[in-house]
Amino acid sequence: MMRFMLLFSRQGKLRLQKWYLATSDKERKKMVRELMQVVLARKPKMCSFLEWRDLKVVYKRYASLYFCCAIEGQDNELITLELIHRYVELLDKYFGSVCELDIIFNFEKAYFILDEFLMGGDVQDTSKKSVLKAIEQADLLQEVGVGRG
Amino acid sequence: MSDIVEKTLTALPGLFLQSQLGGGPAAAKASFSSRLGSLVRSITLLTSKHEEEKLIQQELSNLKVTVSAPTTTLKMMKECMVRLAYCEMLGYDASFGYIHAIKLAQQGNLFEKRVGYLAVSLFLHENHELLLLLVNTVIKDLQSTNLVEVCMALTVISQIFPREMIPAVLPLIEDKLQHSKEIIRRKAVLALYKFHLIAPNQVQHIHIKFRKALCDRDSLLTRSVDWTPTAQGFQGCDVEADRQAFGQENASGYKDLTGSFVTILKQVVGGKLPVDFNYHSVPAPWLQIQLLRILGLLGKDDRRTSELMYDVLDESLRRAELNHNVTYAILFECVHTVYSIYPKSELLEKAAKCIGKFVLSPKINLKYLGLKALTYVIQQDPSLALQHQMTIIECLDHSDPIIKRETLELLNRITNAQNVTVIVQKMLEYLHQSKEEYIIVNLVGKIAELAEKYAPDNAWFIQTMNAVFSVGGDAMHPDIPNNFLRLLAEGFDDEAEDHQLRLYAVQSYLTLLDVENAFYPQRFLQVMSWVLGEYSYLLDKETPDEVISKLYKLLMNNSISAETKAWLIAAVTKLTPQVHSSHTVEKLIQEFTTSLDTCLRQQAFELKHLQENVDLMKSVLPVGKSCDDMMVDASLSFLDGFVAEGLCQGAAPYKPHHQRQEEKLSQEKVLNFEPYGLSFSSSGFTGRQSPAGISLGSDASGNSAETGLKETNSLKLEGIKKLWGKEGYLPKKESTTRDGVDALPLPQETAALENVDQPVTKKDPPPALTPSREEKEKQLLASSLFVGLGSESTINLLGKADTVCHKFRRKSKTKETKSGEPTSAHPNSLSNASYEEDYYLDTLQDIGDKELKKISLDSELLDSESFTELHMVEKPSDCNLPRPSLFADNNLEIFHPSQSPGASVANEVSLAAALLEDPTEHMHSPVIEVCSNETISASSYKIWKDDCLLMVWSVTNKSGSELKSANVEIAPTEKFKITEQLESCLPVIEAESTNIFQHSVQMENPSTEGTLSGFINYQKMDSHSVQLEFSVTLSLLDFIRPLKISTEDFGKLWLSFANDVKQNVKMSASQAALPSVLKTLQHKLRLHVVDMIGTEGLLACQLLPSRPCLLHFRVHADVLVLWLRSSCSALPDYLLSQCQRVVEGS
Repeated sequence: MMRFMLLFSRQGKLRLQKWYLATSDKERKKMVRELMQVVLARKPKMCSFLEWRDLKVVYKRYASLYFCCAIEGQDNELITLELIHRYVELLDKYFGSVCELDIIFNFEKAYFILDEFLMGGDVQDTSKKSVLKAIEQADLLQEVGVGRG
Repeated sequence: MSDIVEKTLTALPGLFLQSQLGGGPAAAKASFSSRLGSLVRSITLLTSKHEEEKLIQQELSNLKVTVSAPTTTLKMMKECMVRLAYCEMLGYDASFGYIHAIKLAQQGNLFEKRVGYLAVSLFLHENHELLLLLVNTVIKDLQSTNLVEVCMALTVISQIFPREMIPAVLPLIEDKLQHSKEIIRRKAVLALYKFHLIAPNQVQHIHIKFRKALCDRDSLLTRSVDWTPTAQGFQGCDVEADRQAFGQENASGYKDLTGSFVTILKQVVGGKLPVDFNYHSVPAPWLQIQLLRILGLLGKDDRRTSELMYDVLDESLRRAELNHNVTYAILFECVHTVYSIYPKSELLEKAAKCIGKFVLSPKINLKYLGLKALTYVIQQDPSLALQHQMTIIECLDHSDPIIKRETLELLNRITNAQNVTVIVQKMLEYLHQSKEEYIIVNLVGKIAELAEKYAPDNAWFIQTMNAVFSVGGDAMHPDIPNNFLRLLAEGFDDEAEDHQLRLYAVQSYLTLLDVENAFYPQRFLQVMSWVLGEYSYLLDKETPDEVISKLYKLLMNNSISAETKAWLIAAVTKLTPQVHSSHTVEKLIQEFTTSLDTCLRQQAFELKHLQENVDLMKSVLPVGKSCDDMMVDASLSFLDGFVAEGLCQGAAPYKPHHQRQEEKLSQEKVLNFEPYGLSFSSSGFTGRQSPAGISLGSDASGNSAETGLKETNSLKLEGIKKLWGKEGYLPKKESTTRDGVDALPLPQETAALENVDQPVTKKDPPPALTPSREEKEKQLLASSLFVGLGSESTINLLGKADTVCHKFRRKSKTKETKSGEPTSAHPNSLSNASYEEDYYLDTLQDIGDKELKKISLDSELLDSESFTELHMVEKPSDCNLPRPSLFADNNLEIFHPSQSPGASVANEVSLAAALLEDPTEHMHSPVIEVCSNETISASSYKIWKDDCLLMVWSVTNKSGSELKSANVEIAPTEKFKITEQLESCLPVIEAESTNIFQHSVQMENPSTEGTLSGFINYQKMDSHSVQLEFSVTLSLLDFIRPLKISTEDFGKLWLSFANDVKQNVKMSASQAALPSVLKTLQHKLRLHVVDMIGTEGLLACQLLPSRPCLLHFRVHADVLVLWLRSSCSALPDYLLSQCQRVVEGS
């Protein structure tokens, strides 16, 4: 099961964080700080996997944005890497050529997409089409709702 | 496509700067989304952290005003929540908005609700108190007819939900499993799965639903696209299988599904799923991996289940050809599964090839996973490491530390005595480069383990450990220094080797301490100070004084913690006896007797006082004896006087904790018999044991388990050999008993006060303690061997141990009597195999055999030896004894009080004879039924043995089913000392059979009669245990045995006894002659006729165990003058009345 997912910039600014296991606020901050330091210190050609504390960390950099997942011992690193990629694909499809700014300014949307893709730390829907359909549906209903309100 | 994303993102910084100019879609969006946009923009323009902080604080205070203003609309609130969430993400506190987020989720329209739920899930954590306020909203939304609302509710449930509120929503979610929309079903399954993770026992029943969903799946798979919810169902099973695999539960629960899983995987691999689920043209990789993992769990160590999956695994390995990450992900999982399940050589071969592909791949991620897979399989197949040794060597010097570390992990698994130096060398290199504490601690542990296991020589070992201590510092696991010190202290088999190792350690530490301005971690300094304190005496060149001054220098160092200082002072204290007078020690005492740290001050005072008494100090702190076990009076018996005084003054007697608890638990069952059963037999001071079950003295007040625990716990530095091979506790213990060294580990409490107690604790053991210590050792050993056999087993074991001692005693006695007898003729009754289990089972029979042999030997010898006595022995009429002559030798003149018909006795005796030690050796009373009920009947008889009275209980199971936990317990009384004898080994009485229990009884205080009461416990199948009480009466005569002495001895003894009683008894007419009186007495009271001179007769007897009583008879016409003398005051009185009864009555 995934423990948490972080999106942060090369400058060390957190862009998105999702925790799938109850963690105290203080502990979260500490972990984010430490992990960002470790990941940012790594060179481009290095391995995408880390053993960090008792967790395995899988990260990938897209442009200036790092996508970073912490998984548990028996989880598969490579499929997690693909999971990150699938999330990027979803974002790309939704925003249309996604960039960091999209995620900054519409971070709530990025969360909504993530929630449709992963639930409670596990893949909820692996089909790109059905995730996007669910998001669009919700967006559509929203607009109807807005129209009513 | 990812390339496009990448390109876009690369262009981002440029876009970012131009954003205000309105170029690009992102900027357009940014300007559109009003407030958050401007906030983000203003933040990016800032240059310092300080400015950012100021800006955000300003923003937050604005928000605070807005959210609490009543005029704020929900739409505005939604906007505020987004901004708040953004501020929180940047690390600022926005807790004031939490309640508003909940409100928004509750009241808003769909759009607002969605943001509200998101904000809640971002702000709050699972245990947040405000979360309770959300429950109602969630329930309402779950019941909503609007799909989106239901989806939102399910999403938030899977994200955060208070555990204790699960029952409130559970039925609603279960309903959703039947929902017509796939997305709802899917989310419902995931929500349930989440519940399973956080509160597994609340949702146990959902496994059935998962299982059902799975079984439906098979048929569905081929015709419908609706497969995803069940994919999540797998996860439920996955977790379940996990739990079963690790919890050793009934793992077969899901084995029957193996077939379904295999079919599904086959279909997935075969591309039968809709293309929608392809990921880069690989069909449903997530599902494949999930399934592979489940198969791995199911097939573990299970040949039949594994056989089902060989085909599909083979297929998976074959199909995954595409050169894409996701195929490798599947391959990796496949390899893992192949090596987890019951092995099949073809598959293993293919998997090994796959691993090779990984290891040799130029892609670093794959290489890493290849190493990982190698690490996983290396123990099964070491040859793989040889195949890839060049790659491994390359990886060892890889620029990426992660690769290096994984390689080291791999090497760690293949370390042996030959390659240890190299591998540890590499590990140390890595260690010096890494900074992360987690890695250091981990690696240091591994190095220490390898060094201890495979060290080639002393110098290497000490140096490696030095590196471990200096790098590992204070973060490392405390076991490492502890194990190291234990290793030094205990040494190995070779004395010279030990010496060298210790000497080398001392030398190396002294060198290290000489380095100027060197910094060592506290733990390392503690290790050094202990070693220097213990082993400096091995040095030739440096005197203890020099060592002391080095330690003193450290003590004066401010960077050293108080704990380390305590170690240092302890080391100085140990060294002080080795110097005549040391200026440094004086200085130290002066310095630290005024220390603010009470612990250090105490140590300094102790040192001061010890120094004043050099002899005491030397005996208290012997040189080089750290590992010799100290004799400690664990029972604190030296405090008994104090305790007694306290008791006299009315203090309540001490009850051990467990007893207090037990008393609290069962008010009516005040007596806790079991532990006392133990202490009665194990300790020499039963006198101190109060029969009320309260320990007045301090000894053995706990039960044996407790004592055992205490003693093992205390072994911190001395005691158990743990390292260098797997010699455990057991061999060590055995050797100590063999050597006669009384290994009594320092009890915990005493250890804590080591220094304080030393004068007391190190003195020689009181000799009386020794036997009981040995007993305890044995018990400890036994309990460690037979641990877990259940509560009865302890008693059984004890009984057994006792029998052994008992037999030993007896054997020596027999030897004495028959000096000319070749020893080989005696079967060694002190069975060597006394601890073996089969002994346990055979004992009954065994004893019988041996006793028989002994008897036959005796009888041969006897016929000549005790000829003179033969005429005095009369064959008793009511007893069926084959060879009465035996009893002369055994000093057992026969007397049988039984009046019962001989036939029935004979019958019952023969029954007993079959089960028991040969009853013909000793006289026994008739069998009397003591108690019975519908299930069992118990009868008992007495065997008057030479050294005790043996009570035999034969418990017959009359019912048709077997009885468990059958046990006879005797209530302790003041009058008798009861020892459980060899017991029927099986606490189970089978249907309609008889078990025999024995107790040896000795009289503690002479009295005419005493009642022995107890109860029989047993347990019927599937019902509560039943207790059946009984009691039997024992008379003084049961404990009287003849005392064989000569007339001269009689004379001497007569004068030495002070207690004397005299009485005239009128004899009955029938036995007016002295010889007949004596004969009657001899038989009825088991007295020994020493001599008969004219009208005077001398008789002697003893009350077991050894209280002699002498009788003098003189006949005057029909009056018999009885004169009795004994060392025991009460005995003559009792005996006189017995004699009187015999003489007058008969």
